[in-house]
Amino acid sequence: MRLAVSAALLSGLATTPALAADLNVSLTIPTLKVAEYHRPYVAVWIEKPDQTAVKTLAVWYDTKLAKREGETWLKDMRQWWRRAGREMKMPVDGVTGATRAPGKHQISFKGGANPLGNLPPGQYNLVVEAAREVGGREMLKAPFQWPPAKAATASANGSSELSAIVVSTKP
Amino acid sequence: MKRLALAALAAALALPMSAEAHRQWLLPSMTVLSGDDPWVTVDAAVSNDLFVFEHVPMRLDGLTIVGPDGAKVEPQNAFTGKYRSVFDVHLTKPGTYRIANAGVGVNANWKQGGETKRWRGPASELSKAIPADATEVKINESVRRVETFVTAGAPTSEALKPTGVGLELEPITHPTDLYAGEAARFRLVMDGKPAAGVEVTLAPGGVRYRDDRGEMKLQTDAAGEFSVTWPTAGFWWLEASVRGGQSSIPNAQRSAMYVATVEVLKN
Repeated sequence: MRLAVSAALLSGLATTPALAADLNVSLTIPTLKVAEYHRPYVAVWIEKPDQTAVKTLAVWYDTKLAKREGETWLKDMRQWWRRAGREMKMPVDGVTGATRAPGKHQISFKGGANPLGNLPPGQYNLVVEAAREVGGREMLKAPFQWPPAKAATASANGSSELSAIVVSTKP
Repeated sequence: MKRLALAALAAALALPMSAEAHRQWLLPSMTVLSGDDPWVTVDAAVSNDLFVFEHVPMRLDGLTIVGPDGAKVEPQNAFTGKYRSVFDVHLTKPGTYRIANAGVGVNANWKQGGETKRWRGPASELSKAIPADATEVKINESVRRVETFVTAGAPTSEALKPTGVGLELEPITHPTDLYAGEAARFRLVMDGKPAAGVEVTLAPGGVRYRDDRGEMKLQTDAAGEFSVTWPTAGFWWLEASVRGGQSSIPNAQRSAMYVATVEVLKN
């Protein structure tokens, strides 16, 4: 009973916009010594603990090919494709963009602003999935609480297609 | 007592219709597609090992492709070789396509002048085939459906509606949304009605590279449903067959066989 009440309270809170808290994501694409290198396709999204996708924050793919052919391999980011991508119409303003070179990339999102929008209060995972042509696929997750009560950081390390991800939130 | 009779009926329905070991299958190049202009290519063959081209090609006479809007889609570049048939499907609309090779055949045997005669062909030619002085006439009508599913973009269910003829799979879990380690649930229907107590065989591909065939045998429940937790990713072959149902041919037995190839993805 008490659970039900607090769930109702939480969902009530969900309608009030979280004040402009920050969500910063740092992700590192490794430098690979391979004969044929293509930059990986990368998807960044937010999921609930039950893996339901809530928001897609970034999708990096080959946007330059003729006839939108680059979209053919979006499904290789197979978890993102299952949870979110297949329901989306590409490209998405402020979300989709060109693939990026190896190195550390910082992307920042603000509560109340697109693409993060008004994320209902709760526990989430930030998920990053990378898939590379003639390469492998890797997915990393890091938990965060929204809205953040105080500054917090979580990270995860990869072993093949992603070196690391770091998620930091601050009120 | 009533329950016993039902169980007996279920057991009768579940009898396999032939001891033939060869397996029929359609194998799509992929089942989950993204992009603006997706195509799949499909192999169609009959073999012992899954999914190896080693026996005979499947004839494409009964090929029917239903698109996401329920309309028929024409196969392209169809070809039949020594061991397999091949065709392409252009997925011009987003959603799920049902690719099926289905048909009805009739087998008959009878005695004429002490000799046993056998015949096989379409129902329309049956009456001409059996001579007037034939005795001990036995007729079996067999309904067969071999199919697979592919999805461009998000899965849809319009194309998955059973036709109401023969044995069919009525998905509860979408057949292009299957993942290793997760449970999937399906219903088998015979002439559109739940098929209870039917044995379902599930077999993974790639048996050439393993010692264990890795097959599973399941039984549909009273609602015709069964549930499977996929142990491994890859293409899986699903087969079931039953006897029963009403044949349009007088004094004929009826049997139905169903095969689906589904792709189980890694999470």
